[in-house]
Amino acid sequence: MKSQRSSLSLKILAFIAVIFVALPLLSIFVRVPWSDLRDMLSQQSTREALLISLQTSIIAALISCLFGVPLAWFLARSASRDLSALRVVCITPMVLPPVVGGIALLTAFGRQGIVGQYLYDWFNISLPFTRTAVVMAQVFVAMPFLVLAVEAAFRQSDWGLEDAARTMGASPSRVFFTIAIPAARPAIIAGVALAWARSLGEFGASITFAGSFPGRTQTLPMAVYELLSVDYRLSLVLSLVLVFISVGVLAAMRDRWMAGR
Amino acid sequence: MSISLQGTIGRGEFQRTLNFTIADGEVLAITGPNGSGKSTVIHTIAGLIPLRSGHVESDGAMWDAPDSKEWVSPENRTCAVVFQDLRLFPHMSVLSNVAYGLRTHGVNKDEAHSRSTSVLARVGLSSFEKRRPSELSGGERQRVALARALVVEPRVLLLDEPLSAVDVASRAALRELLPEVLGSFAGATILVTHDLGDVEAMAAANLGLN
Repeated sequence: MKSQRSSLSLKILAFIAVIFVALPLLSIFVRVPWSDLRDMLSQQSTREALLISLQTSIIAALISCLFGVPLAWFLARSASRDLSALRVVCITPMVLPPVVGGIALLTAFGRQGIVGQYLYDWFNISLPFTRTAVVMAQVFVAMPFLVLAVEAAFRQSDWGLEDAARTMGASPSRVFFTIAIPAARPAIIAGVALAWARSLGEFGASITFAGSFPGRTQTLPMAVYELLSVDYRLSLVLSLVLVFISVGVLAAMRDRWMAGR
Repeated sequence: MSISLQGTIGRGEFQRTLNFTIADGEVLAITGPNGSGKSTVIHTIAGLIPLRSGHVESDGAMWDAPDSKEWVSPENRTCAVVFQDLRLFPHMSVLSNVAYGLRTHGVNKDEAHSRSTSVLARVGLSSFEKRRPSELSGGERQRVALARALVVEPRVLLLDEPLSAVDVASRAALRELLPEVLGSFAGATILVTHDLGDVEAMAAANLGLN
């Protein structure tokens, strides 16, 4: 009797948790002006923001993969203490408030920044408030998600296979590409999807480092934020688009995340 | 042409001091119970575990000599290993598994595949080329591992319990196959086993580790 009661109270707590997450998402569906949806989605400003979002987030996910997978490999394969300190540095953006990330990027790559001043003085390159800056902010925030996912897979993969490949004459880089990468492929795909979704939703770091200029640096989340006080209905529509994309990523990854494993 | 190991392997109670030389065409069996450091000998010669002291030498070239800081990395040692747990690459076909060592040595794809196919035939696995390791029986996997080691024509063949992962029937078949294959192998062979029957079947000299 007692265990039944405790099981019921657990169910109630779990139900409240579900409602708390599901209700706001459902509210968007309820309040979206469905009849005007088409017109609103075909507005130029909406299309521009959507295109910029897709373009920058896809590039950011690919860059995260290009640099993040080798980083994950070194983190997974080294027992050195120096590298565990390096890991902390590399995943800090995950827990850092994004706006602080944006300020950090400005401090490094802004026109007065530690690196940025030389880029500007020597090459006349100014990164802040450009689309490149949007991508940089997205990579900064999203890459750690990919690195952690892929590092875990590299750690779990069979080192014996890599040793065997070495004895068969494979150089370390050949072992990496022919043995380690195929073994970690599901995690790499999941990591890229995660990094892409995170890039798509990036707001704080991007708006700080790249600003919100429509048609140039304004992504969907920035557009949603700016429209909130001007055109609430349109901001709802854009929010709906982001919800759909997020749910789409989850659905594509359902084998990994929804199988209860 | 020879391989010699003179030195200390392992740590603590697993520490062993060994001294042997094997010439081309010879088979040396290293026997002993589980935990006696047999596999460590193989891994040391292959370069997967460094020697504690002493040296591993092949044809006058130092592969591992901690005192003089000489070290040849595993990929540059002219030896091939059949691991106790086989370590076939699960994402590759049987043919790609066998051809892998040739491809890393710069052999072009067509030649690597034709040489691999003929070695697979020698170990009785014709028409298995396209299968994945997971689709094979224990005995068949063992043969793939053997073919994978032989195809690169190594100077030294290292066999770590090559008959332990198979059932009784396959074991008998492999005991017939191994001496036959080794008969046409020009290099030196080291066979690690806990079973004296294997030593007899291979007509090998025996070095016991206790």
